[in-house]
Amino acid sequence: MKRWMSQGWKTLAAGWLVSLVGLMCLTTTAKAQNLTIEITRGSDQATPIAVVPFEFSGQGGLPQDVAQIVSDDLEHSGQFSPLSRSALVSLPSSSEDVFYDDWKRVDARYLVVGKIEPQGDQYRIQYELMDILGGKRMLGETLTSSNGNLRASAHYISDQIFEAITGIRGAFSTRIAYVSASGAGDNARYALYVADADGYNSQQILSSDDPILSPAWSPDGQKIAYVSFESGNSAIYVQNASTGERVRLTSFRGINGAPAWSPDGSKLAMSLSKDGQPEIYVMNLASRQLTRLTNNSAIETEPDWTPDGQSLIFTSDRSGAPQLYRMSASGGQAQRVTFTGNYNSDGRFSPDGKTLFMVTRDDSGYHVAKQDMDTSRVTVLTDSRWDESPSVAPNGTMIIFATQQGAQGVLGAVSSDGRASFRLPSAQGDVREPAWSPFLN
Amino acid sequence: MQIKTYAKTLAVALSLAVVAGCSSSGGTQEGDMDGTSGGMSGQGMNSGQGTSGSQMGAGEQMPSVNTIYFAFDSEEIRPEFESVLRGHAQYMMANPNANVTLQGYADERGTREYNLGLGERRAQAVERYLTVQGVSPSQIQIVSYGEERPAMQGHTEEAYAKNRRVVFSY
Repeated sequence: MKRWMSQGWKTLAAGWLVSLVGLMCLTTTAKAQNLTIEITRGSDQATPIAVVPFEFSGQGGLPQDVAQIVSDDLEHSGQFSPLSRSALVSLPSSSEDVFYDDWKRVDARYLVVGKIEPQGDQYRIQYELMDILGGKRMLGETLTSSNGNLRASAHYISDQIFEAITGIRGAFSTRIAYVSASGAGDNARYALYVADADGYNSQQILSSDDPILSPAWSPDGQKIAYVSFESGNSAIYVQNASTGERVRLTSFRGINGAPAWSPDGSKLAMSLSKDGQPEIYVMNLASRQLTRLTNNSAIETEPDWTPDGQSLIFTSDRSGAPQLYRMSASGGQAQRVTFTGNYNSDGRFSPDGKTLFMVTRDDSGYHVAKQDMDTSRVTVLTDSRWDESPSVAPNGTMIIFATQQGAQGVLGAVSSDGRASFRLPSAQGDVREPAWSPFLN
Repeated sequence: MQIKTYAKTLAVALSLAVVAGCSSSGGTQEGDMDGTSGGMSGQGMNSGQGTSGSQMGAGEQMPSVNTIYFAFDSEEIRPEFESVLRGHAQYMMANPNANVTLQGYADERGTREYNLGLGERRAQAVERYLTVQGVSPSQIQIVSYGEERPAMQGHTEEAYAKNRRVVFSY
């Protein structure tokens, strides 16, 4: 599957060489604009876990506190509440030194220990996970890391621990894309960033005087489709996230918006108003052939694919107000799927297709909500007034979205059960339009 | 581009000759964003009495009011802006080489992509009004920015009202 997709991209890239727009505005120097996570609501059902600082046997200190990164990752998942370091009863670095009863007394359900040794210009990291109540070691692994890779190694360890305990694949090694905006009027600046899922290592991959919106990751995690107004109108671009190479895919008269990759990466759904009003189209990326799926006088936009690639969900105001509709990816009749409230838009499926996340409006504003696809039951997940642009983590446990903190646009995240939430404010300017990457490893 | 320069020169020249006697009425004192007029209230407002068609030389001057506003979730042309649109229609008919881009906008409420659709609907409503007056569709282009590039920042009703707009950009 993966090989097929990368071949597809090569064919695609070769075919589009003539229309290659180039590396306009690409900033190669990483412009740091890290986002810092602030927990806004912890889950009362989070599992207590102790993460002991990893013993370091080298000279001086390490550039990164690996155990702290692991602890933060687990806490941000909403499923764990790590003990504070002052509550740790001892500082073992190996399972052999662990007295389970000590950890039972402080109500730790799980325990993580580890040690780091320098090995040439690299590090050897050994970590272990223990089930305190079960009185047994669950996991142990040794890995090698370089200076610049310590954060990635920590996220990898978080992924392993998360999966060993919950049975769900961890998504701590994924990335997010988002748009920043600063200034107003003629001084407005927009930029597209890619950062680690915890907000670190942010890199600007595009900057512009004109609005950028709706970034969407390709299923192989290599490319990002987005809408940019740099040509004087909306146009859809596809950019390689690491090389910066990009192509302009559509620049029709009218709106060119809302790109959404099919799960196999071979097609892009979008909203185009070239024939009068916004309609849902699907473009075959190899042939660039467009198929129009909807035909009516309403606004039809924000398509998203069901995980099996067989159907699309989209926003339409054909009933008089925006609601979500579902139709076959090959066209035909659309069926309305949202009936609660008079504003439901920007639908996004969970990876298993059983839950639909969306923006819903009630008396207190615009919130992220979820609808069970079987029962149609709707649960509102967020409580601030201006929540929009939900994007689901590849393991389905968290949803990142755009919200407001005072007058500033910030990113928020909420667990899919609504119990835990956090924010990722930027040090400056507004951030919005988040897109969570697929699994990258 | 040449047209734009020419039109700007024309507007400046004519503005010197115009008696600045029009009173601006409440709620429409917008300074336009695109700077073709420097924000004076002008011909468009003045012709609100429904006599614009008979004025001598009407249509030769680029209207100075370049922004009209809309109600929440509506693309209906408000009666107080019809004179502005008629002024633009006359100008465009008198200047067949003049091309305008109608920029459609929405306030920030709701999702960005859906708001692109709302901005476009407003610009299309203005386009329909102009073509019914006799303007050639080939003189009109539409770009919807939705809630992007707000005229006024903030989460207030005042800001929302300023942002639900269509801007004439020649």
